[in-house]
Amino acid sequence: MPQRDGVERSRDFKEVNLGLSEQAAIREAQRCLQCKNAKCVTGCPVGIDIPGFIELIAKGDFASAAEMVRRDNDLPGVTGRVCPQEIQCEACCVRCKSDTPVAVGWLERFVADYQMAHEEKTKPAQIKRIGKKVACIGSGPAGITCAGQLARMGYDVTIFEAFHRAGGVLLYGIPEFRMPKAIVNEEIRRLEALGVKIETNVIVGRTVTIPQLMNEEGFAAVFISVGAGLPEFMNIPGENLKGVYSANEYLTRVNLMEAYKPEGETPVIRGKHVCVIGGGNTAMDAVRTAKRLGAAESTIVYRRSRVEMPARVEEVHHAEEENIKFEMLTAPVEVLGNDKGWVRGLKCIRMELGEPDKSGRRRPVPIPGSEFDIECDVVIVAIGIGANPLLTKTTPGLKLNKWDYIEADENLMTSIPGVFAGGDIVRGAATVILAMGDGKKAAQSIHKYLSEKQ
Amino acid sequence: MFEIAEKQTIGPNVTRYEIKAPRIAKARLCGQFVIVRAFDYSERIPLTIADVNTATGTITIIVQTVGKSTSEMATLKKGDSFHDVAGPLGQPSHIQKYGTVAVIGGGLGTAVVYPQAVALRQAGNKIISIIGARTKDLVILDELLGSVSDKLIITTDDGSSGKKGLVTDALRELIQTDGQVNAVYCAGPVIMMKFVSELTRPLNIPTIVSLNPVMVDGTGMCGGCRVTIDGKRKFACVDGPEFDGHKVDFDELMDRLKTYKPEEDKKYEQHKCKLK
Repeated sequence: MPQRDGVERSRDFKEVNLGLSEQAAIREAQRCLQCKNAKCVTGCPVGIDIPGFIELIAKGDFASAAEMVRRDNDLPGVTGRVCPQEIQCEACCVRCKSDTPVAVGWLERFVADYQMAHEEKTKPAQIKRIGKKVACIGSGPAGITCAGQLARMGYDVTIFEAFHRAGGVLLYGIPEFRMPKAIVNEEIRRLEALGVKIETNVIVGRTVTIPQLMNEEGFAAVFISVGAGLPEFMNIPGENLKGVYSANEYLTRVNLMEAYKPEGETPVIRGKHVCVIGGGNTAMDAVRTAKRLGAAESTIVYRRSRVEMPARVEEVHHAEEENIKFEMLTAPVEVLGNDKGWVRGLKCIRMELGEPDKSGRRRPVPIPGSEFDIECDVVIVAIGIGANPLLTKTTPGLKLNKWDYIEADENLMTSIPGVFAGGDIVRGAATVILAMGDGKKAAQSIHKYLSEKQ
Repeated sequence: MFEIAEKQTIGPNVTRYEIKAPRIAKARLCGQFVIVRAFDYSERIPLTIADVNTATGTITIIVQTVGKSTSEMATLKKGDSFHDVAGPLGQPSHIQKYGTVAVIGGGLGTAVVYPQAVALRQAGNKIISIIGARTKDLVILDELLGSVSDKLIITTDDGSSGKKGLVTDALRELIQTDGQVNAVYCAGPVIMMKFVSELTRPLNIPTIVSLNPVMVDGTGMCGGCRVTIDGKRKFACVDGPEFDGHKVDFDELMDRLKTYKPEEDKKYEQHKCKLK
């Protein structure tokens, strides 16, 4: 995959990967062995016909390849960029045994981008209307997928979005250099062309409630896809000093509110030495954003070791190329402040790996006496997110599990009949593709539920 | 959407807007706020819903021009629309029958305590309102607040209206002379809320303050508005904005409110230069 030079690209927000050329795409597609019982398909959370679309690329029929992907995947331009293919489709590729797996992700991105560049913006074919309304709460990957699937089946779908723009985590969470907003906006436009209505600035649970949507506004079913969205803090001293951000706040300021642009109206503190606590994709996004905002040094502080980092392999690799520093087996103990109440450093302690914990990963244990300080002026906490209670606590009868996530059965129905849920608000912090898989499943369950209910 | 039904200047650089927002008007409870963007490039700012008209489906916000965003907002006219208004957000006010309640508004805080005074009065309380401002011109909503109060006391720093002094002076005097103050509801500059709370603490008078930290999303997903209440972390946008004044770490809030002052001042200066 051609990509921009590490140092050069770490100064701006333009996309890192440049995309395959048509010849490169065809060459890569020809590497696919077209397995009879392709294992890659079982590795895909939305069950794309991978050998099918790759075969079409090999033949040079990119438009048909894109259509084939879209049968199962509403957001190929997104997933081609952000899916952790290395633990999904590509991990299952038989070529892993001999050399390297077929680059399924890059090929998916290729056809999505090709379609966006070449497709004529024609009106989609007339869909027979069923005459029933469904509400999707949240315009992130789960809500978008569910809405698109239901709209194609003939339902009248409205997406309710709390923010002033649609896209959810694709818009506020994942930076421009990894997830260009033009692609998110194009997918939203596609959705609206299908007849999906999007109402922004509506916080369900406050502006309107689920009972009101169902009893007063005529929605026959509701899909809750609000995301997790409650930032976790470390609970160490100094966490409220000026210059300490949750990753959610930092990324929302930069991505959604465009604080990275010189004309951006929303400010963000651009540190010279930034420490990001955490080892997932959000931490990678934050630390690489800090670099682009002008940090001379941008450091990941992670309590486990490199191999345990949950971040996408490509993101860690890209971060290294951008001269991001990694302090592994290091945990924060205290945020240090100066006499003006600003962050001046992060007191850390070294860790070593002990016995495995519940997640199966070895538990990090502090090494006594190993404390040391990292000089920094901004600290970003990217250690995870919990369940935002705003909708769940204002919807009576909605059963939650012990972590306050929504309990949903195997059909994604909640304890309230006709109310379904999926994505991070059910799973806890997970991925875009898993949320999309839930959106797809929920659409099928909603269709079945409404068809049987007369 | 969000068309301005009415716009009035109610003080120097203080504007009252009535905005068409039927869903918000229907759902709104006293104490809640909205997050507003005037234009499609604007930052998100929280503003208390000062009043509501469910018949016409409008909400009222009162805005003081203090920087670039509010200065640009002031260029919107009746008939124009705000680009985004999201709400109602926050926990509704805790309202109960206390007996006699002192409702204290400092500066723009008067717009916050006015709806509380209405609700407290409806709950059967005697309302003694205290408005504090630097000078006569900055006393706002006195007639409106006075209309729902049994007594209205005005204090100004320079004595140009009402009594010369601070709201704490007036509150102290009220407690010493009238005696019976069973609760205090207070909104305004943080330092004011802090000193009101310090005054009522040894007297064990329940004191509810309305906090105004910097906010971005307003729905609890970013933690930017985090405050420390009784040593614990709370988000003003979902746990507040009203809290027990005797449990608030006011010094921390005052400090965190300074975070973007250099950026804000710079942007405002550049903006004012362009206007010349």
